[in-house]
Amino acid sequence: MLQFPKWKIVMVLLVSLAGLIWSAPNLLSRDVTDRLPSWLQPVSLGLDLQGGSYLLLEVDTAYVVREHQASMVESLRTLLRKEKAKYADLGAQGRDGVKVRVLDPADRDRLRPDLRKLDPEAEVSFADDGLATFKFPEPVLNKRIKAAIDQSIEIVRRRVDELGTREPSIQRQGTDRIVVQLPGVKEPDRIKALLGKTAKLTFHLVDDSVSPEEAQRGRLPAGSVLLPSAEQERGLPSHYVVKKRVEVGGDMLVDAQPTFSNGQPVVSFRFSVAGGKKFGDATRENVNKLLAIVLDDKVISAPKVNEPITGGSGVISGNFTVRQAQDLSLLLRAGALPAPLQVLEERTVGPDLGADSIRSGAIASGLGIILVVIFMWLIYGILGLMANVALVLNIILLMALLSILGATLTLPGIAGIVLTMGMAVDANVLIYERIREEHRLGRGVIGAVQAGFERAFGTIFDANLTTLVAAALLFQFGTGPIRGFAVTLTLGLISSMFTAIMVTRLMVSLWIKWRRPKTLPL
Amino acid sequence: MSSFYARLIARTPKFDFVGKRVPAFVVTGLIILGTFASIATKGFNFGIDFAGGLLIESQTIDGPADIGKMRDVLGNLGLGEVSLQEFGTTGRDVMIRVQRQAGDEKAQMAALAKVKESLGAGYDYRRVEIVGPKVGEELKRDGVLAVVLSVLAIAAYVWFRFEWQFGVGALIATFHDVIATFGLYSITGIEFNLTSVAAILTIAGYSINDTVVIYDRVRENLRKYKAMSIYDLLNLAVNETLARTFLTVATVFITVVSLLVLGGEVLHGFSVAMLLLFVLLVLLVLLSFLLLLLL
Repeated sequence: MLQFPKWKIVMVLLVSLAGLIWSAPNLLSRDVTDRLPSWLQPVSLGLDLQGGSYLLLEVDTAYVVREHQASMVESLRTLLRKEKAKYADLGAQGRDGVKVRVLDPADRDRLRPDLRKLDPEAEVSFADDGLATFKFPEPVLNKRIKAAIDQSIEIVRRRVDELGTREPSIQRQGTDRIVVQLPGVKEPDRIKALLGKTAKLTFHLVDDSVSPEEAQRGRLPAGSVLLPSAEQERGLPSHYVVKKRVEVGGDMLVDAQPTFSNGQPVVSFRFSVAGGKKFGDATRENVNKLLAIVLDDKVISAPKVNEPITGGSGVISGNFTVRQAQDLSLLLRAGALPAPLQVLEERTVGPDLGADSIRSGAIASGLGIILVVIFMWLIYGILGLMANVALVLNIILLMALLSILGATLTLPGIAGIVLTMGMAVDANVLIYERIREEHRLGRGVIGAVQAGFERAFGTIFDANLTTLVAAALLFQFGTGPIRGFAVTLTLGLISSMFTAIMVTRLMVSLWIKWRRPKTLPL
Repeated sequence: MSSFYARLIARTPKFDFVGKRVPAFVVTGLIILGTFASIATKGFNFGIDFAGGLLIESQTIDGPADIGKMRDVLGNLGLGEVSLQEFGTTGRDVMIRVQRQAGDEKAQMAALAKVKESLGAGYDYRRVEIVGPKVGEELKRDGVLAVVLSVLAIAAYVWFRFEWQFGVGALIATFHDVIATFGLYSITGIEFNLTSVAAILTIAGYSINDTVVIYDRVRENLRKYKAMSIYDLLNLAVNETLARTFLTVATVFITVVSLLVLGGEVLHGFSVAMLLLFVLLVLLVLLSFLLLLLL
């Protein structure tokens, strides 16, 4: 073993050098690292260390299906009214279908092709008693849910970007979850409030055939709905009866800005060309009627249409504060969420607590290293010092690996590093104890050292690999802190195998070659 | 600089570990029984990761926190159990824990708003964690899944590398340590959260590490001493690796103590658990030696 092949020595030196280079940025200040190339950056820190906010959101997928059912119901109503067919029992059928009964058999036969064409993706079936059912197959619903989630992620991204957050990360998790990570955000309350709003803006005609009081008592015309006011204020109605039919939707908006009108904060908006035309038509046909502006099923205001609005722009006035007008225009610009979002989990760490954690983590690791180094030196003398060099190199390599792989270092990750140090020392203890044992069995110094390294290798390999298997599973199935812990443990095990088997061995062989000791220095 | 450790242990020890297996089984059995009894009657002190709820680390902006006043204010919000705990050295840091609110995730968010509003200005919120009921249940399930799968994978690997008997042994040994650790959490009432799962898995990792090191020696001795009885073979393997076992436990102990002393509040739970577990491990070893002396 004294004849270490040249290429191995070169490899150990190169790896150590690479470790030094890639771990070095971690010691530099942010000003310096900002000017370094992207392949040479310090370890990215988790939100628990750098401070920031983590939000786990869930998309309400049941809502997506319900919306789909509701829009199908509206299409059916429009079709049947246009065709002047009498019908009954129009509504949702179970979780994933819609039903309607066409009363006149002649209408049934006449409208059958039209009903079939209404939604090509639905499975349509006609019963003898005139009941038509539309069932949405599972793949169709799943496709819609997936589209809704993709769109939700996009909208969340736009809303977060509008707020000017630094380096936000927005990712899908599982099938219907979105993880939002906002470094540096200390009070996520405003973001949470903004993400909690669907921001679905629609314009509806107010149904003046019944008063809201009558509607509340149950006299609600079909095709109309009773909606509450956004601001419950004296002098204004608490509820409105509005037609379900959407005149124009917020999806046709191209811009919205907070401005002032008569000293009151308002939101001015502009439609796309198509939207502007639709809005112009709607206002032309309904002069002197009330047009309700509805946001998330609440009526913001219901101004009277004095004249056709053909310019494609308008103003939403409500009882807004400046902040509310800003937020509403932000939401309108970013677009509506296809389904409501629910915050399932929130974890926010202030930046100074993060800094405290890094400091105490570093001090704890530092003290741990110093104590272990002293311990190893006391137990194994000069060979212990060599093991210590390997230990320090192990940490350098681990930091370099974390930097290269772009892994995120978290607080449990620091715990993982401290514990890998234990494993790294264990590898050296196994080797040295084995050398001592071989020497006791009567081998000479060189023979004992050689046999010690060789025999201990199998043990180290098996012990590390079993832990590696466990760490890999933890990474796969663990969440949050467990994952951060698994990352550093895995990488630490890999680098400790390298340092214990290659680096310590190289140092010990070179030392023996140089000093030619007569007795075992253990 | 001649090694003082060499003088400490000059020969391979000759303890008869295998001969004391009956008392060892009794002690182990009692630990497992005690664990199950404690889990059945007392359960765990679940942290918000698993139970759901709110955790707020507050710091007064100037002057020490008036914890009595905070308790009065927060106790009257109708949020159920609210616990306050001072920590740190300045007297400004208070950890507020609010139990999971009835209802869905929105209720948890509303509780946070209520707490912040009623405490008013003058507080800096250094850490806020809210876990809704849904996620709490999932984290619990994922945690259990991660632990069980890891232990099974370890056993499968040992089976693959050694013989199946070794795999079964590793499985029992690791599950034993994991169960005893759960017991420790239940009996002491230390908060059980996601970090605790990491601590338990670390213990499982060290446990399997020790097991594999000894198994490896057993396998080697099986080849070397074909005529030796299994009884002597096992004893020899444990004794030969005893020095290493002690040294490794000692070094890990050192690092855990430094984590505990200097690791800060957030790592505190992890380090306390690790330290207690190591004390338990050392106690078990000492106990077995006491038994050796007595018998």
